[in-house]
Amino acid sequence: MEKQKFYYDDKVTKLFAWATVVWGITAFTVGLMVAYLSWFPHYMDGISWLSYGRLRPLHTNAAIFAFVGNGIFAGVYYSTQRLLKTRMYNDTLSRIHFWGWQLIIVLAAITLPLGISSSKEYAELEWPIDILVALVWVVFTLNLVMTVVKRRVRHIYVAIWFYLSTAVTIAMLYIFNNLELPATLTKSYSVYAGVEDAVVQWWYGHNAVAFFLTTPILGLMYYFVPKAAKRPIYSYRLSIIHFWSLIFLYIWAGPHHLLYSATPEWAQVLGTIFSLMLIFPSWGGMINGLLTLRGAWDRVREDPILKMYVVAITSYGMSTFEGPMLSFKSLNAIAHFTDWIVAHVHVGTLGWNGFIVMGMLYWMVPRLYKTKLYSVKLANQHFWIGTIGILLYVIPMYIAGWTQALMWKQFNPDGTLKYGEFMDTVTEILPMHYMRAIGGTLYLTGALMLVYNLVKTAKGHTVEDTEAEAAPLSALPGSRQQGENFHNWLERKGVLFTVLALIVTAIGGAVEIIPTIFIDSNIPKLEAVKPYTPLELEGRDIYVREGCYNCHSQMIRPFRSEVERYGPYSKAGEYVYDHPFQWGSKRTGPDLFREGGKRPNLWHFNHLYEPESMMSGSIMPNYEWIIKNDLDASDVQAKMKALRTLGTKLKDGTEVYTDEYISKAPQLLAKQAKEIADDLMANNVDTASTAYVDAFGDKKVDLSKKEIVALIAYLQRLGTDTTKKVETAKK
Amino acid sequence: MIALYLTIFISLILALIFLVLFLNNVRQGQYEDTYTPSIRMILEDEFEDHSEEEEE
Repeated sequence: MEKQKFYYDDKVTKLFAWATVVWGITAFTVGLMVAYLSWFPHYMDGISWLSYGRLRPLHTNAAIFAFVGNGIFAGVYYSTQRLLKTRMYNDTLSRIHFWGWQLIIVLAAITLPLGISSSKEYAELEWPIDILVALVWVVFTLNLVMTVVKRRVRHIYVAIWFYLSTAVTIAMLYIFNNLELPATLTKSYSVYAGVEDAVVQWWYGHNAVAFFLTTPILGLMYYFVPKAAKRPIYSYRLSIIHFWSLIFLYIWAGPHHLLYSATPEWAQVLGTIFSLMLIFPSWGGMINGLLTLRGAWDRVREDPILKMYVVAITSYGMSTFEGPMLSFKSLNAIAHFTDWIVAHVHVGTLGWNGFIVMGMLYWMVPRLYKTKLYSVKLANQHFWIGTIGILLYVIPMYIAGWTQALMWKQFNPDGTLKYGEFMDTVTEILPMHYMRAIGGTLYLTGALMLVYNLVKTAKGHTVEDTEAEAAPLSALPGSRQQGENFHNWLERKGVLFTVLALIVTAIGGAVEIIPTIFIDSNIPKLEAVKPYTPLELEGRDIYVREGCYNCHSQMIRPFRSEVERYGPYSKAGEYVYDHPFQWGSKRTGPDLFREGGKRPNLWHFNHLYEPESMMSGSIMPNYEWIIKNDLDASDVQAKMKALRTLGTKLKDGTEVYTDEYISKAPQLLAKQAKEIADDLMANNVDTASTAYVDAFGDKKVDLSKKEIVALIAYLQRLGTDTTKKVETAKK
Repeated sequence: MIALYLTIFISLILALIFLVLFLNNVRQGQYEDTYTPSIRMILEDEFEDHSEEEEE
């Protein structure tokens, strides 16, 4: 058979590689900015778009989708072409994929700090960007699948299977989790409410870890580790077995994020069981990766790339051991909402994802530029600094998590909470947070050394034209017609078409079915629970905008310690009007689900302006702008109409958001706002509150026009519907 | 809890897709040889390999 000459598209790989570096530095920097906030809570005070609640989503999104994402794409484009002995299917698609992805990242970097957020973790982007993400992802999937179809190697190497499963699964997860009803261009409401929203969110959230931070990275491991070690995988058979079992099991583990919550018990058990089973395929991959280095340990001593891979694969093994353990309810009861989880995910991202991607860059970039790495010594130093950084980050966070969890649960002999003041449990762990910031600084330093090294490596060689590779048309390409081969051809095409058709059908079906299903969903409603008033709704949107869920949960678990601290535990029926849910996943501050009525309006006013004035030692940032900003309620009617579509009927079927109610919304809003403003004035806010004096001087300001009033209205409403009922019943 | 049924339904569809792919792979003989693929990808001749040797 004659050989075909062709070229690998290395340009797109280079683009992705450099994007990885740039966004990696960005993600680490933003991470550090928020980490230092627990050390110096006020160093960015007064700048709304640099507040913790807005920057933390930027950090997570940048780390996952910008840094790891571009890293995955670089590795996928590099290895897929070589493994399949073909150029990518279509250069235009590759370019659309690259530039589209960067556009998404830039839009995310603009909108998230502006507070344009849907508040669903790792899916915070608002609906126009969501659509863009879906489109770009389809482009990537199509490009990848068609490259597989026109391959020149019959056998599809295991790495490619990991990439394919990633492409298909992420598309589905992303679309279903982001089904939302737009109210305006920058504001939408999740079609799911409360518990249902939580279920879908963590089904997505866990699988973002599974199919964005695990399967593609394993694919990269199966290509780059053998390449760098110059040894075949320990067991190709094991790689196949663990691939299929991993993707079959992973999708069911999501509910382990909702243990002890108001989610149905059977769903929680399902999540736990599948999470436990996951240890087998996960460790299959870990063992396979580590044993690939058998007989190459002498080279590990010298080669920084292999060193990074050893730490990365070990980190993978540790976090996939820890994951199933944390899915045990008894352990989860301690770990959930604490820094333990932060430590757990950073073993995964800094160790596993970060070092696989960085090791890959050290190996790939010199080859892309047909040269040698500028400095192996520098890369070795990077490895050590990075590894120490990871340890300094992770170990203090584990200790902080354990310490705080135990303090939360500590009782006095007389049955009262030993640390009834939440603040005490924060002050205790702050030194650990300082150390974490130092660890993060080291990790960033290492990454900067990587940038320098790679730039120096590429510098003198930019002129060199890459892409010149020739390879034989070894096996039959996908579509051949030699007698009975027609059947084969049909089969292959058939599979492809089935897959694509199924995806399209599923998405199309969902778009049709979901809105009808979710209107008046069948969560048992409680008589006492009612939809938000217009002002509370605006307040809730401010809560979402500021990302309060990043530090405050709204889910009281049925433990004595939590009921004692926060009030009656949460019931599913209390969340039926919550689009989206605000349960959160971390308690840097206390739970707020029963915050309503606990403290006077004036306290909230002063506290939001300067938390430390009301709670000494508080590390919450000052939210001065909420006091100063005028409330923009011009969209309130559009928002209410959107929410009505999603369901605002009471238990007995009466509609609360009637046309009349919505038409009166601005007046109702003004009335409720005035009541709160009057209450503040009655308590001499204008003379007695330093917050007021600091914000407005001796000017008379109509507080009912300010954002703070809406937020107070929402906070005072939180969790009161059912507790009020109990009180009146007692009377 | 429609959302639960929905996520389960989608997960099942996904599992079905994977199952079809898997069975198809087996029928195509993708997994008949579980050794040489791992060797082949190592030996793949990278154009620049001749210039690139062990780093010191």
